[in-house]
Amino acid sequence: MKEKPELMINGKRTDGRAPNELREIKIEVGPLKNAEGSAYLEWGNNKVLAAVFGPKEAQPKHIADPEKAIIKCRYSMAPFSSLEEHNRSGPNRRAIEISKVTKEVFENVIILESFPGSEIDIFVEILQSDGGTRAAGITAAAVALASSGIPMKDIPYGVSVGKAGDRLLLDLNKLEDNYSDADMPIAIAPKKDEVLLLQMDGTLTKEEFSKGMAMAKEAGAKIVKLQREALEGRYK
Amino acid sequence: MVIRAPNEEYIHELLGKGVREHERGNMDYRNITLELNKIPHAEGSAQVDIGNTKVLVGVKIDVGMPLPDKPEEGALITGAELLPIAAAEYETGPPSPEAIEFARVVDRGIRAAEVVDLSSLFIEKDRVWTVFVDIYVLNYDGNLFDAGALAATSALLSARMPKYEDAKVVREGNLGKLKTKGLATSCTFAKVGSKILLDPNANEEEIMSARLTIANDTNSIRAMQKGLSGSFTVDEIENMIDATFEKSKYLRDVMKKQLGE
Repeated sequence: MKEKPELMINGKRTDGRAPNELREIKIEVGPLKNAEGSAYLEWGNNKVLAAVFGPKEAQPKHIADPEKAIIKCRYSMAPFSSLEEHNRSGPNRRAIEISKVTKEVFENVIILESFPGSEIDIFVEILQSDGGTRAAGITAAAVALASSGIPMKDIPYGVSVGKAGDRLLLDLNKLEDNYSDADMPIAIAPKKDEVLLLQMDGTLTKEEFSKGMAMAKEAGAKIVKLQREALEGRYK
Repeated sequence: MVIRAPNEEYIHELLGKGVREHERGNMDYRNITLELNKIPHAEGSAQVDIGNTKVLVGVKIDVGMPLPDKPEEGALITGAELLPIAAAEYETGPPSPEAIEFARVVDRGIRAAEVVDLSSLFIEKDRVWTVFVDIYVLNYDGNLFDAGALAATSALLSARMPKYEDAKVVREGNLGKLKTKGLATSCTFAKVGSKILLDPNANEEEIMSARLTIANDTNSIRAMQKGLSGSFTVDEIENMIDATFEKSKYLRDVMKKQLGE
């Protein structure tokens, strides 16, 4: 673990991708019949299930908002999801934070006023993880929500941009993430390119930030297309 | 939840006229004070007041096990408590998602800027120093993130380093300093209506739609965190990055003045 591996060899990444290349993404709509909406997403080696329940009466009652729905969100990683050590089950502090920022993404796009006094539950289960799970989770949950019929003003997507040395890399896998010089998960509402989630750590100049955002948006066009195709395929 | 409706109207009315409370400019900080070594029993401590926001950070350094994936490094553990004394709406109980996010964002800035030289904290196989950074919010009036980051970094930069002698931790006597490398501060912005405000107070935070915290050192952005359900455009974010590089000079000056550098 100590030695830092070479992340770029002859212009290619460890998994053979170009710097601005996404991993392969597959989206399946509606695998979970009990949920109001659901999606299964494979994003490289990430395997993610997202499910939406509700709208239903907000519980406990005192948290209900008489003007609009409230969103509950749980992002959770399976104890067996990582190639590294066994995780403890249940949400840890990292998962609680990711649940919070994911919830905030969907509070933006769901038309909450449609369902006063109710709650909408969004569950993101990471079954297998290989870097970029929060972006994958948001992309999957957006599809699950859209398929549930809950009114939304946009279908957001997630993606991450990182940096190895002085080179920007789109969509870091876990190995790259472990040794990268910066990692920046982003979620965007594509209609107006509104930034709904932005996190970063590492080292980034302003110029790199701007370039990274441009890379993210370019990839976003592809992700949005896959989300739409998956949804359309469901209702053909 | 506390009802702040009268404030909400008042703040919107002020912002409509292009002013903030206390005639503050949109990119102005409130008065900031930093006091080091408030808790002499702790290895390091600092209290930061930004306006009426008061945040105390204590640093304790103990001997512990290394993290499994970093066997030759010390550990850094950051926690935050929104004490029930700090605001009527704060409740006792396990840490809320807000408290966890707060601690993790401060932690990320410290870690990304390599404030603590973690490799200097190795003692021997399966024995390293663990640095605990505990952030205590004493009074809430908005912008906990910047106050927390400033207090945590200052507490670490001024912390003394215990010794490990004959299988015992020695915390008193002639001690050196905790070995540090980098220095990061953060600037937090709130979006209220279409306006972007640096250093939001509690009234402004009550009505903000989105929040962005940017941690940086002299050359680079080190960490960012967007919060809440509102959105930013990329242009807005780029402007906040520029403002952060400008305003962080002032924050570093506040710190350096007290640290005597």
